[in-house]
Amino acid sequence: MYTEKVMDHFMNPRNVGEIENAAGVGQVGNAKCGDIMKIYLDVEDEIIKDVKFKTFGCGSAIASSSVATEMIKGKTVHEALAITNKAVVEALGGLPPVKIHCSVLAEEAIKTAILDYGKKNNITFKELEGFNPTEDHHDHEEE
Amino acid sequence: MNKRVYLDYAATTPVKEEVFEEMKPYFTEKFGNPSSIYSYGREAKQPIDVARTRIANAVGAKPEEIYFTAGGSESDNWAIKGIAFANKNKGNHIITTKIEHHAVLHTCEYLEKYGFEVTYLEVDEFGRIHLEDLEKAITDKTILISIMFANNEIGTIQPIKEIGQIARENKIYFHTDAVQALGNVKIDVDDLNIDSMSISSHKIYGPKGIGAMYLRKGVKIHSFVHGGAQERKRRAGTENVPGIVGFGKAAQLITENMDEHINHMMCLKDKLINGIIERIDFVKLNGHSEYRLPGNVNFIFEFIEGESLLLSLDLVGIAGSSGSACTSGSLDPSHVLMALGLPHEIAHGSLRLTIGSFTTEEDIDYVLEELPKIVQRLRDMSPLYEEVKGGQK
Repeated sequence: MYTEKVMDHFMNPRNVGEIENAAGVGQVGNAKCGDIMKIYLDVEDEIIKDVKFKTFGCGSAIASSSVATEMIKGKTVHEALAITNKAVVEALGGLPPVKIHCSVLAEEAIKTAILDYGKKNNITFKELEGFNPTEDHHDHEEE
Repeated sequence: MNKRVYLDYAATTPVKEEVFEEMKPYFTEKFGNPSSIYSYGREAKQPIDVARTRIANAVGAKPEEIYFTAGGSESDNWAIKGIAFANKNKGNHIITTKIEHHAVLHTCEYLEKYGFEVTYLEVDEFGRIHLEDLEKAITDKTILISIMFANNEIGTIQPIKEIGQIARENKIYFHTDAVQALGNVKIDVDDLNIDSMSISSHKIYGPKGIGAMYLRKGVKIHSFVHGGAQERKRRAGTENVPGIVGFGKAAQLITENMDEHINHMMCLKDKLINGIIERIDFVKLNGHSEYRLPGNVNFIFEFIEGESLLLSLDLVGIAGSSGSACTSGSLDPSHVLMALGLPHEIAHGSLRLTIGSFTTEEDIDYVLEELPKIVQRLRDMSPLYEEVKGGQK
């Protein structure tokens, strides 16, 4: 069901933890739907020096968070903002269709953390214009 | 992978060696069509009669009240649709519960599209219906009550005899899905006032793809498969002879050794439940403490999600199941856990481990050694646990 990469990130997640007095924190998802992702950023001169995450969710939610932190560590905030959920899926070697929302959560967690960083430092990011993380990424339609 | 521990006996069971041995000849040398009159046919027909008798004996029925089907789901479909349509002249109301297997729930929903009205009874926090609710739900249009014997997820056993009594007093047919109960609870259809019952072979160490429906003599029902004269013209089609033989043998074995079997499971179940409670905090046992299947263990582990728990257990060779949304392909966690009144976020963290004949004490020790580590690892990753721990600091 999952690729080797997903299983690797699930079993050996990178950058798990918290950052005290983080420059930016982003939390998306909700427990009702079964996944919450929280990303902590340490930013210096617009460069993401360190990143940590905590996730409540299924295997692909944990793997998506882990790979996303790897993808943005050492990058500028602008580079991080350019990361899409598609890139997260690719980095994991694919996700089952019903799990794509996990990659969307990862993208939005990064953006929410950078938005928080921006707010704390009075910086507005053009890339975040109109960004509005939805609470729920599941398809509610029933057959 | 080194060690493997199978704890999903409620999902399916391995075929017992004696059962498989008895089935073998009916694939090869005794391959005849039971409907044929020559010797090949006769040698395939006779074992069907033997199997039917063994199954009837296992539930206190008469052999002619046992109809072979392809399994539990088919039996549920047939019993409910067949009784509903055949008794439509008497009324259009059916009573069931919110925690039935989907084979019952979706059949009832189907009937609602064809003019039937269905009452889905609530259950209490332990998963039991209240008899007063059942009595209140009965109308002069009620023709069928279908309530499961024991629940597949949480193992809760319903007050079957009392339900049957109420049904009988009100001249309503009573069907029960006993797929999980067979072999784990003593069943006597006369004593329990059951009119129709679904049972399945692969839950009692028999082969898959074969089950049966018990139907009390005199209960009106529509035929399920039209065609030849098999199963008293009610379920046509050449019989699955090896399957029937296997089911019959499995039913015989489970009846002979039931007390021993139940005792074995109860001991291991108690050890597992107590072990989990001792070793892991923020857990909740789902289901009923007394009215419970002897092999069922179902826990909520707060702050973690069921699928990641199952994946982690699988990596150390432990097979279990979960009511989390992520394992079912749907958005909501299990309808059973929701019916108990558990909030969504809690219901996502459920784990069901079901014990069976081949489970050993070492298996339970292994789970009790691995599970706490896995739960802790996932909790350490969880922002929800962080909040709780933060509050304690």
